[in-house]
Amino acid sequence: MWRQAVWDEPLIFEINRTKSRRQGILIPKEEIEEDVSIPDSVRRKEIDLPELTENEVVRHFVRLSQMNYGVDTGMMPLGSCTMKYNPKSEELAQDITGDYHPLQDVNTVQGTLEMIYETQEWLKEVTGMDECSLQVPAGSAGELAGVIMIRKYHLEKESHKDEMLVADTAHGTNPASASMVGYKVVYIKSNEEGLVDVDLLRSTASERTAGFMLTNPNTLGLFEENIGEISKVIHENGGLLYYDGANLNGILGIVRPGDMGFDIVHLNLHKTFGVPHGGGGPGAGALCAKGEMTRYLPYPIVEKAEGKFIMNKPERSIGKISSFNGNIGNVARAYVYIMGLGREGISEIARLSTLATNYLIDRLKDTKLELKSPNRPRKHEVVFSAKKIFDETGISALDIAKGLLDQGFYAPTIYFPPIVEEALMIEPTETESIETLDMFANALLKTIEDAYSNPDSLRRSPSNTAVGRLDQTKANHPSTVTPSYKVEKLRLLLKNDLILK
Amino acid sequence: MTHPWLPNLSSKEDILKRMGKTEEDLFSDVPKELMIKGDLNLPTRRSEYEVKLRLKELKEKNVQLKYPPFLGGGVCPHYVPEAVKFIISRSEFYTSYTPYQPEISQGILQALYEYQSLMAEILDMEVVNSSMYDWGSSLAEAVLMAFRINGRKKVIIPELINPFHEEVLRTWTEPRGITLVKVKPNEDGSLNLDDLSRKLNEEVSAIYVEQPNFYGIIEDNLEAVVELARRMKVVTIMGVNPLSLSLVKPPGEYGVDIAVGEGQELGIPLNYGGPYMGIMAVRWDAKLVRQMPGRIVGKTKDENGKQGYTLILQTREQFARREKATSNITTNESLMAIANAVYISLLGKNGFKELGEEIYRRSHYAMRKMVKELGLSRTFQGDFFEEFEVNLKNYDKVHEALLKRGIHGGLKLSDTSSLLCVTEAHPKKAIDEMVDVMKEVI
Repeated sequence: MWRQAVWDEPLIFEINRTKSRRQGILIPKEEIEEDVSIPDSVRRKEIDLPELTENEVVRHFVRLSQMNYGVDTGMMPLGSCTMKYNPKSEELAQDITGDYHPLQDVNTVQGTLEMIYETQEWLKEVTGMDECSLQVPAGSAGELAGVIMIRKYHLEKESHKDEMLVADTAHGTNPASASMVGYKVVYIKSNEEGLVDVDLLRSTASERTAGFMLTNPNTLGLFEENIGEISKVIHENGGLLYYDGANLNGILGIVRPGDMGFDIVHLNLHKTFGVPHGGGGPGAGALCAKGEMTRYLPYPIVEKAEGKFIMNKPERSIGKISSFNGNIGNVARAYVYIMGLGREGISEIARLSTLATNYLIDRLKDTKLELKSPNRPRKHEVVFSAKKIFDETGISALDIAKGLLDQGFYAPTIYFPPIVEEALMIEPTETESIETLDMFANALLKTIEDAYSNPDSLRRSPSNTAVGRLDQTKANHPSTVTPSYKVEKLRLLLKNDLILK
Repeated sequence: MTHPWLPNLSSKEDILKRMGKTEEDLFSDVPKELMIKGDLNLPTRRSEYEVKLRLKELKEKNVQLKYPPFLGGGVCPHYVPEAVKFIISRSEFYTSYTPYQPEISQGILQALYEYQSLMAEILDMEVVNSSMYDWGSSLAEAVLMAFRINGRKKVIIPELINPFHEEVLRTWTEPRGITLVKVKPNEDGSLNLDDLSRKLNEEVSAIYVEQPNFYGIIEDNLEAVVELARRMKVVTIMGVNPLSLSLVKPPGEYGVDIAVGEGQELGIPLNYGGPYMGIMAVRWDAKLVRQMPGRIVGKTKDENGKQGYTLILQTREQFARREKATSNITTNESLMAIANAVYISLLGKNGFKELGEEIYRRSHYAMRKMVKELGLSRTFQGDFFEEFEVNLKNYDKVHEALLKRGIHGGLKLSDTSSLLCVTEAHPKKAIDEMVDVMKEVI
C-alpha cells in the first residue's frame, strides 16, 4: 500500500524553542571603515525572523519536500497541465544562464544569446510561425501580451473592435487576459460534439470582433477539425486568430498552428517542452506571430547581425511584459529538451501522448464514466463525466480524486471544463509507460468500484496522505482565514477577534 | 527506435493492436492537408553527453568575468548558499504542480505559507501572495488593482522610477487607459513633495513610490506621501528592495496599502533575466485582499483536527471567475518563493541585518573611493543602498578598459553616467581593482 511521509513539522518560526541565537549562514565581511549611518527617522526596528542553524533549516525543508508529490514521485494525470517527466539533463542548462546579469554587455554573453536564438528558430519551426519572442515569463503572460498585440494592431488599423470571442471550453486565462486588456468577452458555445459551433461563430462574429482565442485540440481533447472554416470566418470579419498553446502537446509534430491559420501563438514551455513546473512556477513562455503581427511582439528578440547575436526590438513592439529578458533559465531547459528529442523525438510527442490517452479510454470504456462523442479520437487528454456515478452513489468527482491519491496517484483535473458535469480531465502524457498506464486505469476502476461498495470510506479519503481531507470552509471564512504567521499572532493578541471585513 | 524519455516508443504497434486501432485512426480528425509533410527542420537528437558538450561550447563563447558584474538596475549579483540550491533541487518540490490537491501537497503548501509569513515579517504587512513573475509585473498588477478599487485612471510615479519596471507598467496598463504622471526629484534625489501635492487630485488612482529608488537613494519622507494620499483616498503602492528593509523602515510601518518588490535578491541567481520573483503584499483589509491577484496559502485543519495548509480565496482566480478574475496569472514563481523562504531562514534575524549592513558598507566604500580617488561626482547626493550613480567623462571608454581586465562595470545610464551595484558578492579586492583600472583611463 502506498503511504506518504507524515511529519509533525512545526512552522519555521517555532523550531528554535529556546530562542537562542543561531544563524544558518555566515556573511562575508571585509575590513572597511564605513559606518552604517542611516538616520533614526528611517531606521528599521526589530524584526521577528527565525534563528536557525543550517542543519535545522535543511531538515525542515527536506521533511516538507517528503510530504509533497511531484512527477518524480509518480504519475500526475492532470488534464491541461501536461505533467510530463522532466529530463534530468535539463538541469545542465543552468550553466549558461545562472550567473549572467540581464543587462550585461551583449558581447559578453554571445553563447547564451546563441542558445536563445536557436530556441527561437526551433519554436518557429514547430509552430509554423514567422517570429518568436521569449520575453513572456509564462503562458498566461503570453496571452496577455498576445491580446495587447491584437489591440494595438486594430488601433493602428483604426478599426473599432471591442469584443473578444472565447470558446466556452477555454481555459479561464483566456477570458481573464481579454478582460485585462479591456475587451468584452463573448463566449462561443460548443456544439453537441464538443467542438466550436461554426454556425454560431458565423452569426456572432462581426466587425466588432477583435479576435478569437482558441486552443486546438480543445480542452475536451478534441481536434477542431473545422479550423479552416473557423479561421476564414474570423479573418473575414477582420479579426485575428489566437492560439492558446496549453494543449500543443496533442499535435506537436503532427500539425502546426501556423498552418491552421493562427496569427499569434503562445507556448507554455513548462508544459509541452518538459520544463519542471516548480510547484506552480516558474514556467516559461514564448509568444510567436505570423506576418504583420510579428511587428508587435514583445522585445527583446535575439537576432543575428554580421556574425554576432544582438537583441532587437520589433518596430511596433508592445513593449515588455516582464522587467528583463523573460525566464531565460527555463528557456535554456526547453533548449536542452528539444535538443535531446531532436526532430525524430519531437515528431513522436503527439503520437505517443495521443496513444496513451486513447489507450486509457479503451481501458475505461465499459465503466460508468461517460464520454461526450465517444467515437471521436482524443488527442493528449480526455474529459470523463462522473455524473452517473454521482447520481447513483453520491460519490463526486472530488471523492474520486481523493480516492486516487490514496492509491499513490496524483488526481486528474476536476470540475473543468465547466461544461462537463462532475468532470475528470485526464492527461497521461507520452512519458508514462504502458505498465504505469495500466496501474492508473486499475486504480481508477477500483475507485469506481469503491463508490458502489464502500462509499463512506471513499468519502473520508484520503487517509494515506500527510493529512486527511481539509476543512475548506474554515480556511476561507472571514473570521478564520489565516494567510500568515503575522495574522496568527494578531489573532492571539486580539483573542480571535480578527475578522477580514 | 528507443528514447530514454519515451517508454512506449518501441511498443506503439503492440498497444495499437491491443486497442484494435491504427495510428491513422487516432488522427483521422486532422485534415490531411494540414499535416506536416516531411521532417521538421530541427537538429537531430543528441545524447545527454552531447548536450553537455554543446552547453560547454556555448558557455565558452561567453566572456568569463573575474568577479560578478557591478550591475544592478533592479536585480543584483548575490551569493546563493548551497543549502538554498539543495532545497529547491529537491525534485518533490521542483517537479510538482500547483497544489490543487492539498492533502498530497502539504510540503509545498507549508513552505509557501512560511514564505508568506517570513515576507510578511520583512514587509510588516499581513497578507503576502505566493509570488508574481517579477517586480515590474507585480507593480503592474498593483496598479490594475487600484484601478479596480477606485476606477480612477491617473497614477503618480516618481521620475526616478526604475525604467525597466516602468516599461512593464506601461505595457500592462496603457490598454486600460491608465496614464502615468511623474513627480520630480529633490536635489538629493528623493521625491519632491511639493510637486507631488500639486499633481494630486480626484483623478488620481494610486501613488507609487520606490524604496530605494532607481538611483539607490533612500526615501526619507514617505510618511508625508502616505498622509497626502490618504487624504485624497488614493491607493498607496510602495516598491521595495527587500534586502534594504534590513536597515530601513518596512512598508507596513508607513501604512501603505500595497507593497511590491523583487525577491531575486533573496537567494535567486541572476538567470540572465529570470526566473525572478515578484513580491506582493497588502494590508489586512478585505477590499485589498479580495482584489489581490495570485495564489495565497492559508492555514486550516483536517477532519481529524490536525493542522494543514491549503490554497485560499480561490474564488478570485481565473479558473473560477473567468473574465471577472483579479488577474490571469496561474503559473507563478512558487519555487523561487521557496528559495526566498530558505534563504531568509538561513540568514535569520541577525544575518539579515548583518548582510544589509555589509552591503551598505561596501557600496559606500566604493562610492567614496570613486569620489575621492577618481574625482567623480554624483548627480544626487542622498544616502543610498546597494546602488549608486556616478558621472564619468566617457562611459564607453571606462567600460572597455574594465572589460579588457575581466571586470564588468556599472550600467550605462548615459554617455557620461554609470549606475553601480556593490553587494556581498563583490570582495573589497574587486572594488579596489575596478577603481585602479578606472584610474588608468580617467
